[in-house]
Amino acid sequence: MHPIAEKIQGRFPEGFLSSNEWRGDLAISVKRESLHDVCAYIRKDPELDCDYMVHVSSVDWPDDAERFEVVYEVYSIRKRHRIRIKTRVPENDCQVDSMVDLWMGADFMEREVFDMMGIRFNHHPDLRRILMPDDYTEGYPLRKDFPVQGKGWRDTFEFLNDPN
Amino acid sequence: MGLIQIGPPAKDGELGVMTLSLEKVVNWARKGSLWPMTFGLACCAIEMIAAVSSRYDIDRYGAGVFRASPRQSDLMIVAGTVCRRMAPVIRKIYDQMPEPKYVISMGSCATSGNIYDSYSVVQGVDRFVPVDIYVPGCPPTPEALFDGILKLQDRIMQKRVFTKQPEQVRMT
Repeated sequence: MHPIAEKIQGRFPEGFLSSNEWRGDLAISVKRESLHDVCAYIRKDPELDCDYMVHVSSVDWPDDAERFEVVYEVYSIRKRHRIRIKTRVPENDCQVDSMVDLWMGADFMEREVFDMMGIRFNHHPDLRRILMPDDYTEGYPLRKDFPVQGKGWRDTFEFLNDPN
Repeated sequence: MGLIQIGPPAKDGELGVMTLSLEKVVNWARKGSLWPMTFGLACCAIEMIAAVSSRYDIDRYGAGVFRASPRQSDLMIVAGTVCRRMAPVIRKIYDQMPEPKYVISMGSCATSGNIYDSYSVVQGVDRFVPVDIYVPGCPPTPEALFDGILKLQDRIMQKRVFTKQPEQVRMT
């Protein structure tokens, strides 16, 4: 196992689920309940020292019991290593803890995940849609059960009647 | 230009005589001085940029001065995919342009949404602004855009300036 993964497993034996390494990329899977603690440890530990939030994304696995997966990718500018942290979210309880208190850069990226996949981020300071209009009600476009075709905007151009 | 009829050639140093209707002069001046609005939205904008640059030179048709403000322009070339969030902006910019104003829908995406019948794409810019000329292509070549501009110039020459534009043809 990768030494960083061993270190995290030693610190969080309960929350740590698995790790894999592929072509030099380290990815660890953690339980949703301990995600914020693991991330705070990765952020603040002087040996890990991951001070840069590279990316927040999400994956839809429609056949799995825990359907969604939230993926955080963090990087240490001083130590020059990156860690990918994954956690699973079930469909009926679609929420994880926000990382904005640890990395400010997670703000817009978590909003995008909320907008496109419908995963709520607890304690996020401003959880609104970011790419779609605020009054969009047709669901979350990047879920696998959202239709790929036929959703183009054809009518309801309210701004045409707006006097401003 | 073909529309200015110069009188008998004055070779004795006197000024020549020009006779034509005032409407044609106004239309001729308008069509020879189109001021496009910089409105590139996607890859069609790259072809529009190529059309402006020296290899193709859109300035030959008098439409070379691209302005960054709608208040200084009278031609909006909607070049690229129109997204939902961009649609109100396009309408606002169109409303800010002074009359007379013209719209060219450049490329399949601006015309009909192209293959993108998905959650974010408007299925044609003509759903909320009036379009004068549609330029087909994905993306259209600079030559195709020039053809659209020439067609627009033909249309401008047919406009009525001082009299009311006939809305329907009366059958007698």
